[in-house]
Amino acid sequence: MIPRAKLVQQKRDAAVTWLDGRALPEGGVWATKARKAAEDRLRDMGMPSKRDEYWRYTDPRRLTESTVQPAVLHDTGDALPLFDRVDRVKLVFVDGVFDAEASDAPELAGAEISQLRDAARSDLHWARDIYGVLEARGQTPISRPLASLNTAFATNGVLIRVAGKAPRPLALIYRRSQDTADALMHHVIRLDAGAELTLLEDGPVAARYNQVTEIDLGEGAVLNHIRAQGRDHERVGATHLFARLGAKAQLKSFTLSANGALTRNEAVIWLDGSDGTAHIAGACVGDGAFHHDDTVFVNHAAPRCESRQVYKKVLRHGAVGVFQGKILVDQIAQLTDGYQISQSLLLNEDAQFLAKPELEIYADDVKCSHGSTSGEIDANQFFYLRARGVPEAQARMLLVLAFLAEALDEIDDHALAAELRDHLEAWLNRRT
Amino acid sequence: MLNINNLHAELEEDSEVKILKGFSLTINPGEVHAIMGPNGSGKSTLSYVLSGRDGYAVTEGGATLEGVDLLEMEPEERAASGLFLAFQYPVEIPGVGNMTFLRTAVNAQRKARGEAELSAGEFLKVVRAKANELQIDADMLKRPVNVGFSGGEKKRNEILQMAMLEPKMCILDETDSGLDVDAMKLVSDGVNALRDAGRSFLVITHYQRLLNHIKPDFVHIMSDGRIIKSGGPELALEVEENGYTDLLAEAAA
Repeated sequence: MIPRAKLVQQKRDAAVTWLDGRALPEGGVWATKARKAAEDRLRDMGMPSKRDEYWRYTDPRRLTESTVQPAVLHDTGDALPLFDRVDRVKLVFVDGVFDAEASDAPELAGAEISQLRDAARSDLHWARDIYGVLEARGQTPISRPLASLNTAFATNGVLIRVAGKAPRPLALIYRRSQDTADALMHHVIRLDAGAELTLLEDGPVAARYNQVTEIDLGEGAVLNHIRAQGRDHERVGATHLFARLGAKAQLKSFTLSANGALTRNEAVIWLDGSDGTAHIAGACVGDGAFHHDDTVFVNHAAPRCESRQVYKKVLRHGAVGVFQGKILVDQIAQLTDGYQISQSLLLNEDAQFLAKPELEIYADDVKCSHGSTSGEIDANQFFYLRARGVPEAQARMLLVLAFLAEALDEIDDHALAAELRDHLEAWLNRRT
Repeated sequence: MLNINNLHAELEEDSEVKILKGFSLTINPGEVHAIMGPNGSGKSTLSYVLSGRDGYAVTEGGATLEGVDLLEMEPEERAASGLFLAFQYPVEIPGVGNMTFLRTAVNAQRKARGEAELSAGEFLKVVRAKANELQIDADMLKRPVNVGFSGGEKKRNEILQMAMLEPKMCILDETDSGLDVDAMKLVSDGVNALRDAGRSFLVITHYQRLLNHIKPDFVHIMSDGRIIKSGGPELALEVEENGYTDLLAEAAA
């Protein structure tokens, strides 16, 4: 056992090592202030270590080391890009850097869209009330140093402010180019009272990436967020989603992940106003050298809010899935309705699912439930399908998709849900 | 059609548990045979061994469907060759729509037989008509397979699958269990509508009452893994009247 003081020192030393030779990006007043504060947080917290309880199931080394291990891009020549049939405004990033030529004009009625690298140069910007602010709030009760690192050094990302109902979805499309690209990307999304937006994300950001998305939803604002992290076997990535919801606001966020050597998706959600709704869901399919970690923290800080966490993982050939999910209900948050489910389908005996569901409740009139299961293909269902003439591989596929369906059902838009389902099926087919 | 010869089967994980002990039966095209017998006589195991469920080891004897070795085939190959088992306990499959399930099964079998797959439109037309006859409404077709179905709905759904797949050899495993009188009539009408000269049935049941609706050509009494007596429909009435005790004693003597 390493004494705590020594562990803290090791973590701080690791941060110093990473920071060595790196200078904060140049910028205007607000950005410089936010970046300096974030760097201070990082120096204080140090880098995450696998000895941290919070990183017990996922070794953060590849996310924190100074050099990037090359990740050869998976050939997706046969895969259709997602969301191509959707009438949307498309912004393209290559290895995390905005590609204006490949993108649509960043124009969406009722919305103000700017690139972080431009906005950070000005002395004043609306994003200053959010950028690094929600991330800093997310450092308690548990520290998330990778997010502070991101706030301090990210120069790429979009800042989106929506005043009304956005008539079309905004799609952020990520493409990879270099095998050793190391991307820091930081988005800020602000929906004013009553505003609505559908945000789509598709693709692996880079060979290694660290992405932070800060979301601020005003009263009655509605954000639908659908993210697909691409089918890319070797990349590693950490994402943080920090969301603050005002009264009656709604956040629905869904993430689809297929392969990727290492993924840590953290979500931190504060239901700050009464009658808010936060649904966060994920489906992942992992095969072989695959480690996928969903770490979710939902804080009910106001009465009568509803939250749902629905996570489904299909794992085989040694793939590892992790779920750490917590619902924290403050004393003020009476009539909370909280739900959490995490399930895995293990297709081989050597696949692994590690789950740590937690409830912490200080209010006395709440409804909260959680469940976690791990199992294999149901032999009765499998035989029933085959006895009706469905071949073995097809029967297995149907049952895998059926298992994932509950997570996909969390997507309100049926057309988008169907598109993701088709993609999943195609991915699964190509693997068998 | 179906030829079962001296079939012996035991549990795969425990070879001490021998269930079928020399079961023989020949069913010709168009015939309806009923198998009756007390609990534990091996009736359901017979249906599982014939349809290819894991967990059983055949140690002796065999079974052919139209001359082709049934036991060598995978379950889906048996289905595509025309074998159908209506389950005693139809399985619930959350997340798979009943319609998707039916269409996948129909087209998988057609593909296996080298026939063209049905288009969505053609399929829909056929399934609606057949569902209607079995009083299966649109909602039941949309819901996940058997999820939240009543006992009667599950059995009607089995018959709908049978009607859609048009098998040559149908095995009905205690299709009457869990059915009230009206549901039994509905299910039986569905089965009778499928009777024709080219299609055979093996009806496994505990009770004679199902055989009032689905009239068998032959009735067999099964006990301890084999047939101990065969006869016509009157044999089922005898069982109804006197139970199995006399028949079992007679066989033992």
